[in-house]
Amino acid sequence: MDNFEYANPSTVKEALSLLTAGAEVLAGGTDLLSLLKDEVHKPKRLVNIKNIKALGGISKAGNNIRIGATVTLDELASSQLIRAAYPSLVQAALGITSPQIRNMGTVAGDLCQRPRCWYFRSGNGLLNKSLVENGENKYHAIFGTGSAQFVSASSLGPALMALGATVKIAGADGKTKDVPVAQFFKAPSAEGEREIALAANEIVTDILVPAPATKNATYEVRHKQALDWPLATASVALRMSGTKVTSASITLGHVGPTPVRATEAEKMLVGQTITADSAEKAGAAAVAGAKPLSQNAYKVQLAKVAVKRALLTAAGVKAV
Amino acid sequence: MSAKVQVQTTINNEPVEFLCEPRQSLLECLRDIVGLTGTKEGCGDGNCGSCTVKLGDRIVTSCLVLGVEAAGESITTVEGLAHGSTLHPLQKAFLDHAALQCGICTPGFLIAADALLQKHPHPTEEQTRFWLSNNLCRCTGYDKIIRAVQAAAIEINGAAQ
Ligand SMILES: Cc1cc2nc3c(=O)[nH]c(=O)nc-3n(C[C@H](O)[C@H](O)[C@H](O)COP(=O)(O)OP(=O)(O)OC[C@H]3O[C@@H](n4cnc5c(N)ncnc54)[C@H](O)[C@@H]3O)c2cc1C
Ligand code: SF4
Ligand code: FES
Ligand code: FES
Repeated sequence: MDNFEYANPSTVKEALSLLTAGAEVLAGGTDLLSLLKDEVHKPKRLVNIKNIKALGGISKAGNNIRIGATVTLDELASSQLIRAAYPSLVQAALGITSPQIRNMGTVAGDLCQRPRCWYFRSGNGLLNKSLVENGENKYHAIFGTGSAQFVSASSLGPALMALGATVKIAGADGKTKDVPVAQFFKAPSAEGEREIALAANEIVTDILVPAPATKNATYEVRHKQALDWPLATASVALRMSGTKVTSASITLGHVGPTPVRATEAEKMLVGQTITADSAEKAGAAAVAGAKPLSQNAYKVQLAKVAVKRALLTAAGVKAV
Repeated sequence: MSAKVQVQTTINNEPVEFLCEPRQSLLECLRDIVGLTGTKEGCGDGNCGSCTVKLGDRIVTSCLVLGVEAAGESITTVEGLAHGSTLHPLQKAFLDHAALQCGICTPGFLIAADALLQKHPHPTEEQTRFWLSNNLCRCTGYDKIIRAVQAAAIEINGAAQ
């Protein structure tokens, strides 16, 4: 690993001024240090943002709950505000079973982590479609887009997207902007492009989650119950009137280069009661457009079951 | 630009100062600069937990922390568990239950288990297994480690009510 300069600012303004060409944000380091060791990233300077007070904390902010960028996964899962309103986020965070990673990894870092595609991590690029198609692809996308056949590694992304959350970003010019999570993730179309809508000189400062009013849940399918990225997940948020669904939001995780919204399944649930049958049909609709690779057709079934179980969990119906 | 950096920190309750490059992990600093080789390196990327230390009041994998990030912090390594020649109850329980063979994973398990017992004085087997999910052992099959941690919980905190 090449050496780099280390900066430890205490304000966002100072951090932004340090993010010149070749510099990169350091949060919990749980992903970045691996990228450095594998020489996938070679920054000239790391800007540690963990000592910037304004980036921490979870609080009510108008109609939103504001989650600071450097809130750790453990702080997220332990927060009373979050536990009371967003079981979906708690389930996604606790799915990362390691207390060590939850103590270090941050919420914004989870969204910004790079894909785990082994071809990317070994220096063969993120969009090497022929390597993926002809090689080992059991953990790759079943909803690939063009050359992007990797899966987004973020577990919080799908949950935040289903909850309609927004990412707040501060830029070098001192301006801030709000980007819906659904637009924060994007499938790159050229090598070198990022899989998130964030420029190298920008910082994620907050995540804003709209006030609850939904029944929400995340269901993950993992290889083991232990530490590993999920194989397929579903996060759902339901607005209900009595037992009837008035609107549904369903996002699949770890099946495509971005979290994947299941629009058809969302539509067919409106006016319905959540039962094993309606949840199963929604699961089937959610995976109808899947295009598995040579080794990962099994993920279609996992995603389908994840949708069903997430819906039943959110609605408080016992799974059968 | 990347000159060495002076880091002032506290390790096992002693003030320590060391000089490192920004790219050196805390694990590397502990072992190769400070000379505390109790903490082990397995994978180097957060998967195995053998490098687990306590940073402030949180356990972390020290292979994913930069040495420079330790400035002003307080670190506990496996060397800080025993009181003089009296082993920590967890260390004693690991010996009594034969919870180690090659021993590479042991320092990480001990630090992680110590944090578990501070959070849950009487952890269930399930809590113990989940808590230790980022600590890999290739020798023991885990069972003896789980038994040792549960025995130490009783030794330290008395029988569960
Ligand atoms: C063994 C293991 C298992 C894991 N399992 C899972 C899992 O199941 N699900 C899951 O979702 N994750 C998993 N992770 C990943 C982990 O959750 C992420 O690495 C972590 O959340 C990243 O946060 P961080 O603060 O450590 O980011 P860092 O490693 O510090 O940064 C990651 C990237 O994000 C950028 N970045 C971070 N914060 C900001 C910000 N505020 N503004 C702009 N850019 C920023 C950095 O520049 C860098 O490029 C696992 C990790 C390990 C090591
Ligand atoms: S089977 Fe056991 S001994 Fe053999 S490689 Fe795996 S862990 Fe090591
Ligand atoms: S060496 Fe740090 S987790 Fe394996
Ligand atoms: S005792 Fe050998 S790895 Fe655990």
